[in-house]
Amino acid sequence: MATTTTPAPARPTTRSPERRRRRRAGWWLPFALVAPAVLLELLIHLVPMLTGIWVSFTQLTRFFIRNWTEAPFVGLRNYQVALDLDGAVGRGLLSSFLITCAYTVIVVGVSWALGMAAAVALQRRFRGRAFFRTLFLVPYALPVYAGIVTWNFMLQRDTGVINHLLVEDLGVLDERPFWLIGGRAFVSILVVAVWRLWPFAFLMLTAGLQSVPDDVYEAAAMDGAHAFRSWWSITLPMLRPVNTVLVLVMFLWVFNDFNTPYVLFGTSQPPAGDLISFHIYNASFLTWNFGAGAAMSVLLLLFLLLVTGVYLLLVNRRSRRA
Amino acid sequence: MHDTRAFQVFRAVVVTVLAVVTLLPLYVMATSSLKPLQDVRGAFSWWPTNLTLQPFVDMWTTVPLARYFLNSLVVSSAATVASLVIAIFASYAVSRYRFRGRTLFTTTVLSTQMFPGVLFLLPLFIIFVNLEQGTGVPLVGTRIGLIITYLTFSLPFSIWMLSGYLDNIPQELDEAARVDGCSPIGALLRVVLPAARPGVIAVAIYAFMTAWGEVLFASVMTTEENRTLAVGIRQYSTQTNVYWNEIMAASLVVSVPVVIGFLLLQRHFVAGLTAGAVK
Repeated sequence: MATTTTPAPARPTTRSPERRRRRRAGWWLPFALVAPAVLLELLIHLVPMLTGIWVSFTQLTRFFIRNWTEAPFVGLRNYQVALDLDGAVGRGLLSSFLITCAYTVIVVGVSWALGMAAAVALQRRFRGRAFFRTLFLVPYALPVYAGIVTWNFMLQRDTGVINHLLVEDLGVLDERPFWLIGGRAFVSILVVAVWRLWPFAFLMLTAGLQSVPDDVYEAAAMDGAHAFRSWWSITLPMLRPVNTVLVLVMFLWVFNDFNTPYVLFGTSQPPAGDLISFHIYNASFLTWNFGAGAAMSVLLLLFLLLVTGVYLLLVNRRSRRA
Repeated sequence: MHDTRAFQVFRAVVVTVLAVVTLLPLYVMATSSLKPLQDVRGAFSWWPTNLTLQPFVDMWTTVPLARYFLNSLVVSSAATVASLVIAIFASYAVSRYRFRGRTLFTTTVLSTQMFPGVLFLLPLFIIFVNLEQGTGVPLVGTRIGLIITYLTFSLPFSIWMLSGYLDNIPQELDEAARVDGCSPIGALLRVVLPAARPGVIAVAIYAFMTAWGEVLFASVMTTEENRTLAVGIRQYSTQTNVYWNEIMAASLVVSVPVVIGFLLLQRHFVAGLTAGAVK
C-alpha cells in the first residue's frame, strides 16, 4: 500500500526538511495503530455478519454446525417464508416487528422526555443536586440482569410489590392482575425498559448542558423570557448535536433489545412481549433452524440501515437549511 | 439570578417522582434480601419482620456463585484492559493522522453498533468452533472466547469517544514532546495519555460495564465452567423453587462493586462524554 501520510491538520508552520523525512519514514504508523482494532472488528463483527448473510441462503440446521459449508443451499426460500404473511412464520415475524416498533417509539420517547426533564431540573445548583444526580444514574450503572430480575420479582402476581401497591395500598385495582403473561406484559416491559434507559438520556443531556454558557440564560431572563421559553429557544437548539446522536443510539439499542424480554420473561415469553431480537433468537435456537433465523436477522439489519440512512439524511438536510 | 416559583415547582415534582421510581426497585432488592424464604414466598410486605442475613450465606451454596463471580471478574477485567489498549492506539491514529482509509475505518467501526446481536451470534459461534478445530485454541466454552467477543463490543464507542477527546488536546503538546526526542508512541504514552485521563477512565468504565452486563452471548457461549453472572443468576430458579431472597441478595452483591465504581468515577464519565462524544 503506497500511502503518504500527512500530519493531521494542515498547519501552515514551516517544517525543517529533516523532520518531514522522519514523518514520511513512519507512514505505516497509523496503520499499525489501527490494525488490532481492524483485525478484531473483522473477526467478531464483519466476517460473522457476512457469514450470517451466507447462512440466510442455506438450510442450516444443527446437523451442519461443525461443517456448515455443506448445508444445502436454498436460495431465497428462507426469505420467502419469513415474508409470507399467509404462513405462521411470516405472521409471527410481522406481529413481533410491529410490537417492536411500538416498543421502540414509546421507550425512546419517554426515556428522552424523562432524561431531559431531569437534566433541566438539575441544571442549576440547589441543595441535594449532587445526591439526585448520583441516584438517577444508579439504574444505568446496575448490571442489566440484576435490575431486570428485581423487576421480575416486583411484577409477580401474588408476591410482588406492584400488585401490593395497586391493590392493597392504593386500591386502584380490585383484583391482582398478571403482569408477566397476557396483554399486560407489554406494559411491564415498557416500564422496565424505560426505568433502565432514561438515566442514559439524562447522562448524555447533562453532559451536553455543560457546554451551554450561563450568561445566555441570564440575557434571556433579562429580556423577560420565562423558563419554558428559554428552554425552547436556548436549551433545545444548543442540544441539537447531542440529541441527534442520542436519539439514534437509543433507537438502535432499543430496537435490538434482547436483554429486557430475555431476563424479564425467561422461557415463558408472552406474545405481547415478543420483541424482534428475542423472536429471532427463539426462531434460531428453539427450532434449530439457523437459516431462517439468519434470514430474519438480515431483514432486521436492512430495516435498521434504511431507518438510520433516512434519519441521517433528514438531520443533515435540516442542519444545512438552518 | 434566582429561580422562578414555577421552575421550583417543576423541579420538585420531577425530582420527587423520579427519585421514588428509581428507589423502589432498589428498596425491594435490599429489603427482600434480608427476608427468610417463606416471607418472600408469601404476600409482599413493606417492612421485613423477620430480619435475617441467611440469604447472603446460602446464596454461595445454592448455586456456585463464587465461580460465576470470578468468571465475570476475569472476563470483564481482561476485556476492559485489552479494549482500552486497542482503543487508545486506534483513536490516537484517528485523531492525529490523516491516512488512507481513515473515514472508512471510523464509519465501519461505528456502524457495527447497528448490527443486531442475533445476526452474528450464531456465525461467530460457528467461526469459533471452526477456529478451534483448525488452531487448537479452545474458544467455545472458555473465557478467551468471551473476552475477545466482549472487547469488540465496547471498542466502537470507545474509539469514537476517545478520538473526540484526543481532538481537544492541543497538537502542540505532542509536537513539543517530539522536539524533545520522543517517538510518536512515546509522545502518546508520556504526554497525551496523561492529559486524556478523564477520557480514558470514561472509556474504561464503559467497557467494564458492557462486559459485566452482557447476557445474549453469555447465554450461548458459556458452559458450566466459564458461566458468568449474567447467566448464572438464573440458576436460582429451579423447577420446584425460586429462591427470591437469594436472587435479591446475589443481585445486590454483584451490583455493589460496579455501581459504587461507576458513581465514584461518574464525574470523569460526564467529563469524557462532554469533551468526546458530545461536541
